[in-house]
Amino acid sequence: MSQLDALLGTWEPVIGLEVHVQLATKSKAFSPSAVKFGADPNSLTDPLVLGMPGTLPAFNRGALALALKLGVATGSKIRARARFARKHYFYPDLPKGYQISQYDEPLCEDGTLEIIHTGVVRKIKLQRIHLEEDAGKNMHVGAVSHVDLNRAGVPLVEVVSAPEMHGAEEAAEFMRSLHRLVRWLDISEADMEKGQMRCDANVSVRRRGEDRLGTRTELKNINSFKFVHHAIEHEIVRQIRQLERGERIVQETRLWDADAGTSQPMRSKETAEDYRYFPDPDLPPLVVDGGMMSGTLRGMPELPVARFDRYVRAGIQPDDARTLVGERALAEYFDETVKAHPGEQSGRVIANWILGELLGALNAASLGIDASPMPPSRMSELVKLVEDGTISGKIGKEVFEESFKTGEAPAAIVDRRGVQQISDEAALWEIIEEVVGANPHQVQGYQAGKDGLFGFFVGQVMKRTGGRANPVITSDLLHKRLGR
Amino acid sequence: MPALTRKEVEEIALLARLHLEPDELARMETELGAILEHFAALAEVPTDGIPPMTHAVPMDLRLRADEPAPSLPVGEALAAAPARQGDVFVVPAIIGGGE
Amino acid sequence: MTHWLSASETAAHIASGELTAASAVDALLGRIASVDGELGAFLAMDPRAHDAAAEIDRRRAAGEPQGPLAGVPIALKDNLVTRGVATTAASKMLDGWIPPYDATVVDKLRAAGAIIVGKLNCDEFAMGSSTENSAFKRTRNPWDAARVPGGSSGGSAAAVAAGLCAGALGTDTGGSIRQPAAFCGVVGLKPTYGRVSRWGAIAFASSLDQIGPLTRTVEDAALMLEVIAGLDPRDETSIDAPVPRYRDALTGDVAGLRVGIPHEYYEGAIDADVRGALERAKAVLVERGAEVVDITLPHTQHALPAYYIVAPAEASSNLARYDGIRFGHAATDAKSLQDRYMRSRAAFGTEVKRRIMLGTYALRSGYYEAYYKKAQQIRTLIKRDFDKAFQHVDVVLTPTTPTPAFAFGAKATPIEMYQADVFTLACNLAGLPGISVPCGLSGDGLPIGAQLLGKPLDEATILRTAHVIEKVLGIGHPKGLA
Repeated sequence: MSQLDALLGTWEPVIGLEVHVQLATKSKAFSPSAVKFGADPNSLTDPLVLGMPGTLPAFNRGALALALKLGVATGSKIRARARFARKHYFYPDLPKGYQISQYDEPLCEDGTLEIIHTGVVRKIKLQRIHLEEDAGKNMHVGAVSHVDLNRAGVPLVEVVSAPEMHGAEEAAEFMRSLHRLVRWLDISEADMEKGQMRCDANVSVRRRGEDRLGTRTELKNINSFKFVHHAIEHEIVRQIRQLERGERIVQETRLWDADAGTSQPMRSKETAEDYRYFPDPDLPPLVVDGGMMSGTLRGMPELPVARFDRYVRAGIQPDDARTLVGERALAEYFDETVKAHPGEQSGRVIANWILGELLGALNAASLGIDASPMPPSRMSELVKLVEDGTISGKIGKEVFEESFKTGEAPAAIVDRRGVQQISDEAALWEIIEEVVGANPHQVQGYQAGKDGLFGFFVGQVMKRTGGRANPVITSDLLHKRLGR
Repeated sequence: MPALTRKEVEEIALLARLHLEPDELARMETELGAILEHFAALAEVPTDGIPPMTHAVPMDLRLRADEPAPSLPVGEALAAAPARQGDVFVVPAIIGGGE
Repeated sequence: MTHWLSASETAAHIASGELTAASAVDALLGRIASVDGELGAFLAMDPRAHDAAAEIDRRRAAGEPQGPLAGVPIALKDNLVTRGVATTAASKMLDGWIPPYDATVVDKLRAAGAIIVGKLNCDEFAMGSSTENSAFKRTRNPWDAARVPGGSSGGSAAAVAAGLCAGALGTDTGGSIRQPAAFCGVVGLKPTYGRVSRWGAIAFASSLDQIGPLTRTVEDAALMLEVIAGLDPRDETSIDAPVPRYRDALTGDVAGLRVGIPHEYYEGAIDADVRGALERAKAVLVERGAEVVDITLPHTQHALPAYYIVAPAEASSNLARYDGIRFGHAATDAKSLQDRYMRSRAAFGTEVKRRIMLGTYALRSGYYEAYYKKAQQIRTLIKRDFDKAFQHVDVVLTPTTPTPAFAFGAKATPIEMYQADVFTLACNLAGLPGISVPCGLSGDGLPIGAQLLGKPLDEATILRTAHVIEKVLGIGHPKGLA
């Protein structure tokens, strides 16, 4: 990447993203046909979805509610009267020959998406968020294509960013942030593999210091987070190389080929795409009233970046904070655990336990945080046992594993196994005397300068106490007894 | 409003996916041109600040409850399909054009 | 002669037991078989008609309650979707298409007990003013076989005029119910935009289309409107307003009714017989206490160009779904997708192609503002003209058409054909209700229609007024038809 870094000294990439997110409704945007992933082909259609003559659209209030959540969460201006528009083009997966979308009166405009990039919060402007319906699937099979219209009519929001990202990583972070946000708000499952979130990137470059934007290309077929980074970076390099050769960038649409690791220009189907937008005469204006707005605001949870800020202020490392807000269920788990175990340092300590032990155990068991066999109350109980010295950290990890596996309360495990930490100095001194007495050679060796032997003594004390000796006190007392 | 050129007629036919024979194209050029000329007078009518017509009885969009209804059985959905393979519609894969 | 009974009379006779539904339908089917070969009104018959009628008779005998159209034979313009019965919109594009669902109006007619006897010829996709654009057959005017029945609901008007059904449904986008009603001497009503659900009406121009009745009497039109009107959640443009008992409006009383006469509709090339008939209609109303008010509708001259931008634009959009992929005519041997589209859509007739081209042009980026948006603004001005006028009048009276029915092939250019609708278009642009009622015969014995336009949702007043005109000036059945 240093090659790219060198190029970036002269050239500045400018990136805008258009992201389509499938809304998690039960029925389609304009038809009451059900929404379901993976159903048998053409089993989720009705005459309207099939674009049959005489059918008319009726708009799904669930889709509006979800879109409003996103609008509010991004601080967008919500239009009081929005309109649907028809966008015309011919393609087999588009039954009516037009898509019901929004054009010059979209639902939301001028919002921002907060992303956490290089440890700080950046706000990326969103030009608009609008509602539209999805197309079906057109799959090439040799010389023919198979058309499945199950997905046709599923409600989408299209989120369009301003062209103000300047690198592939930033763009990838935008995607991750949007992904997190829509899942956070239960707007969408946003599984990229299921096609529930799709991204097109508009990429151009210009010489640093220039105001004017360069010619941009549109990149399509980016269907995973990994590809967002690769594809955009590849395009940036391609454009820079071309410009440095003195060639012009052709305004075109390019398809990302993940296997080849390159993009190819899409075969242009016609001279120019003229969508012939006009307001859909079958759909009167969409009114968003005060009641809907206040309902949406009331139901809004604390958002990821606000939580991130709060965690960082509470002393949690930014990287840890970012991981904790990666998923709403995780952040809520964290908050619940902290609530049950308040204290100045508790946030950091609890974060370590959750990010270290708990996530590790969950991953190994292929469980999500919402299926954690260890509820926040137990987690907090365990942390308390370690923090107040009842057990050592090392024992704490063992107790965690057992509690996670069996569901037994940590305190009960500690009692049953008798693994309470030994912090009583007198008792420890006695044991140290035994160890010293039993190992005169090593004592001699250590006092003669072999530092490495200190660990041996610690180990011996641990052995005699079944690992229960308080390591800090043990270490202290050993140093005293051994004289160094 | 500019007069309709032959090239425009061809472009419009392509946009509308209508195949017109040369004589049809010629006739279309004449007929559409004549119709459009007729409409030139509209440009003179002052309409600044006049909102476009929406509905005779002004109304807002009604919202449908998000409740799924039964879908058409697959057999019925495909009953009229001109070309099908099992439960999918079949079309050529090659985009083509200019043929 | 049961086939000349009005729908209301038929319903009453069946309800009272004087007539069985089965015999009425059978007689009608027999008549259709003997008359329609020449007339050409029907495209398809519904094979379930006799059994449906028999069921009505069974229910009547069992004392079960039935709807207001029980046993009444009704036919439907073939752009209204009927489950299990071929629906073609008179186009090769939909030749052989058997829909899997019914239009809302069909559901309502059946719920009211009506017997659907068949589907009626029209201009292809409702685009035309003479039914000459049907891809399948020619429909003749029952009053003069050398003349058109009008369009686009020509089959509906002809069938009703010739006694081949007790009533029919048509659609009206720029006059397609009213104009053929006038040409065929029957009553044709276009309701307020949104009064009747468009679910199941094959879309031509979404912001202009309305379904309405064609009947032999005004009372029948009121009855049928009662049955088909009302809110439909499946149609977002349908109005949520109560449906009154429109028949109650037929009081025969027009005392104090203010009748607007817009001078713009009485200028230009209007047949002398038409002028005369309208004068008589006006006189009838005045004799009965109505007041004539001269009004002006200054933007009338812009109605035709505005219509011929909005309607084709919306049509070009609504007809994009005909691509030969999920239904309809298809060139399945096409090797490329482009070819598949082009050759499948070659099934459209000339007028349809012409309007798609015009509409596509009007929506192109760069032209949208100057054409479609402009025309939509003109519509607002036209509506405002009417709003102003309706502050001083209750109905507007105009000729339905400038001339009686013209001969086949008489309109040599598209523009000449478009001008046949010049009096009916503004009503659709403004979304108002309009009715055509026969008010006389020309010197050649051809029907002439008077048009009444009303305030939004005020079908009652135009029905009341038409009812009075009909009582005095009704013209009866076509001569020479048994």
